[in-house]
Amino acid sequence: MSERLARALAEARAVGDPDRLVAAIPYCRWLGVQASLQDGRLVASLPFRQMLVGNPVLPALHGGVLGALLESVAVLEWLWTAPEAVLPRPINLTVAFLRSARPETTHANASIVRQGRRVVSMRAQAWQSDRDAPVAVAMGQLLVAADPRAG
Amino acid sequence: MTESDEERRARLDRLRRANKQFMGLVPHNEALGIRILEFDEARARMRLPYVPHLAGNPETGVLHGGVVTALLDACCGGAVFMALREPVPIATLDLRVDHLRAAPAGCDLEAVAHCFRVARHVAFVRATAYVEDESRPIAVAAATFALATPSTPGSSRTQSP
Repeated sequence: MSERLARALAEARAVGDPDRLVAAIPYCRWLGVQASLQDGRLVASLPFRQMLVGNPVLPALHGGVLGALLESVAVLEWLWTAPEAVLPRPINLTVAFLRSARPETTHANASIVRQGRRVVSMRAQAWQSDRDAPVAVAMGQLLVAADPRAG
Repeated sequence: MTESDEERRARLDRLRRANKQFMGLVPHNEALGIRILEFDEARARMRLPYVPHLAGNPETGVLHGGVVTALLDACCGGAVFMALREPVPIATLDLRVDHLRAAPAGCDLEAVAHCFRVARHVAFVRATAYVEDESRPIAVAAATFALATPSTPGSSRTQSP
């Protein structure tokens, strides 16, 4: 993992605020992702902004935004809970879009389905006002083996 | 039922116009800087110019996987639309992305999508994201889209034009 991310992760853990980790990831910051702990679990939230819209007619959030949020929360969950700090590299992600995501704040969380030595399988879900009515769910595999080329 | 060359050209022109008009109205495509390179029969090609704020790792500058996913989703939708007989609302049902290698920092990303089957209610599409060399993909995607057919007029779940 890069020094900057490792430092951000150490600081975030020390003060118990995962949002400090998000602030170190340029794309998550640009998208507007905010991380917090709810009942001890990491939740990534994405407040609505016009630039997130993929269908201006409905309007609805862009499918890519939901995919990115689900992938981000899986990475954040792993970083937050993993014993060793290795920046996971996504191998793949399968997203099912269940409902049109309305112009309001979207939340997401993720859980580890299976932790292997090199690969971790994760499940993630995104919801809006009703937690029992997810707008999208995803399964993904992350590569968590240390990259010999990474600093 | 078979269309003449002239009818096909006219249909593609109609779909291309509607597709471009819709794409131009999508705020997130605009925010990502996605540009249309080509719309042809059942195919779409798009480009996403590299900008540092789309990186997932601040030190390597490698694009975040979410950016690749967004470009592939947009490109798949464009290809599905170009495979229709008439413009109808479409919505992504599911999308699988395999990240084959890291997108090199500083390089524009391109994607090409092909919709290879349009059934009555569902369309199937594959896409590839690459930098310069299409034969060395950064990521590949498989997606299905729901089509709003005349018998199921645009429900609340449908998206697009």
